Amino acid sequence: MTEPILNVEDLSVRISGLHILQGVSFTVAPTGVTVLLGRNGVGKTTTLRAIVGLTPPAGEVRGTVRMGAQSLLARPTHRLVRGGLGYVPEDRCVFAGLTVAENLRLAERRGVSPAYDKVFALFPELDRRGRQRAGSLSGGQQQMLAIGRVLLNDNRLLLVDEPTKGLAPKVVTEVAEVLERVAESVPVLLVEQNLAVVRRLARDAVVLAAGKVAWTGDAQELLLETALTRSLLGVGSGESQHLAEPGRAAPGKDQH
Amino acid sequence: MGTVILLTLTGLGLAALYFLVASGLSLVFGLADVLNFAHGLFLGVGAYATWWAAGNLPGAGSDGFGFVLAVVFGVAAGTLVAVLVELVLIRPLYSRTIEQVLVTVGLSLAGVALLQATWGADARPFPRPDWTRQVTGILGAQVPNGGLLLIIAAVLVLGALLAFLRWTRYGLVIRAGVENREMVTALGIDVRKAFTLVFAIGGAAAALAGALGGVYFGTVSPGQGSSLLIFAFIVVVIGGMGSVVGSAYAAVVVGLVQQFVNYYGTSGLGDICVVGLLAVVLLLRPQGIAGKVATA
Repeated sequence: MTEPILNVEDLSVRISGLHILQGVSFTVAPTGVTVLLGRNGVGKTTTLRAIVGLTPPAGEVRGTVRMGAQSLLARPTHRLVRGGLGYVPEDRCVFAGLTVAENLRLAERRGVSPAYDKVFALFPELDRRGRQRAGSLSGGQQQMLAIGRVLLNDNRLLLVDEPTKGLAPKVVTEVAEVLERVAESVPVLLVEQNLAVVRRLARDAVVLAAGKVAWTGDAQELLLETALTRSLLGVGSGESQHLAEPGRAAPGKDQH
Repeated sequence: MGTVILLTLTGLGLAALYFLVASGLSLVFGLADVLNFAHGLFLGVGAYATWWAAGNLPGAGSDGFGFVLAVVFGVAAGTLVAVLVELVLIRPLYSRTIEQVLVTVGLSLAGVALLQATWGADARPFPRPDWTRQVTGILGAQVPNGGLLLIIAAVLVLGALLAFLRWTRYGLVIRAGVENREMVTALGIDVRKAFTLVFAIGGAAAALAGALGGVYFGTVSPGQGSSLLIFAFIVVVIGGMGSVVGSAYAAVVVGLVQQFVNYYGTSGLGDICVVGLLAVVLLLRPQGIAGKVATA
């Protein structure tokens, strides 16, 4: 059996008195996409942020997180990232006042050759829009920039938080295609609400409920169990596919 | 006409002084979220170190290259103190706003007390080149050379800061960090180095303000930094936290308003008008002229 790339054990996070994660344990396989699912507010983003060391200073984090043999929780974020933990945050977080080229240049590291060829092959538009301010890009283009920025360097694991949030269906499909290609070479821990994207990408699933792990296993099996997805995620897998299948309109979410 | 020219240029001289103090203050707040009440101390250190060097440092003096050397010494001393303050006192307190305010206010008071204890509370004559005591005729106005020196220095510092922010790697990191510090860290960048750097830049600019302010006013006193800091804070808020260009615009507005109103109205009314201007900006445009953007 292959060793997991990420091992999360008994992870607890308290922020401002709220016990958001209450002893979360799961693993991420060394290949493919592991998806972190759950209803709004169960702690999916908090989990990713705790792994990458971005819990607010007022927060308290306990437990163990290991990437390979390396313990992560005591290390500062910039060291984790330089060590191969790539992070694409929720809401993109591109630097709106900087140009696309400057956003990318920021991710360059001394002594490491940035993989512009790979990034521009995935996102040719970023090459064409190098001098455009990132704040004037569409939501989809900003998402591509956020992913491209991380892919400039080699990663051992990618944490990707709701990459399709608020995107037009066509762009959702494009982002899913890119993540599919990325996941061929680097494992991904993905937070995603769009079950059609999950169906397309995910091999393993971890479902959170009320700050705890409620279910782990094969993502495709989970999606076949309508009663299970309804109880864990509050939506039947068939309904969600209809609502958010790439290529179909997601009402009220078109920001392209 | 001559009076208007004179008031404009002396107002710009005052604006230059405010800008030199405010630019660093603004970058420090914009990037590190530190409201540094000890920033006036860097000005005081720069002024007193220049004053001391002119009389005691071999090769330094009150004229020619000797004066340049004295100013360089003063700027270096202010920069060193700023870096030490960041490394020793501020670094352990990032994200602890109340403690930061307490420490920087305490340091500001202690710094003034230390200067007083060492060199006395009275203002001391500042060693300065003879030509800075003279005036230059510009469009019928006799403008003090000390003020013109301040304006030239501020323009050069503004240009250098903008070039640094626009063209260097650390400038890019600072501009990005002012927007979203956390995301800079998440790209693998140790943002604490940039914090130290902006403190050094701010300390150097404030120390230069101290040295050239000594030339402008003709004296140096322990409380000079604190009194200028109040107006520098007003400039930072009006200009927009984190914006060097915003600070430059705001400094010009504050300097000119102060100078013209103090001359044509009652003495001191200009200061009140500046506070009124601050209130108006806070009500109508709380993010300031440029908002939270490290403009390059």
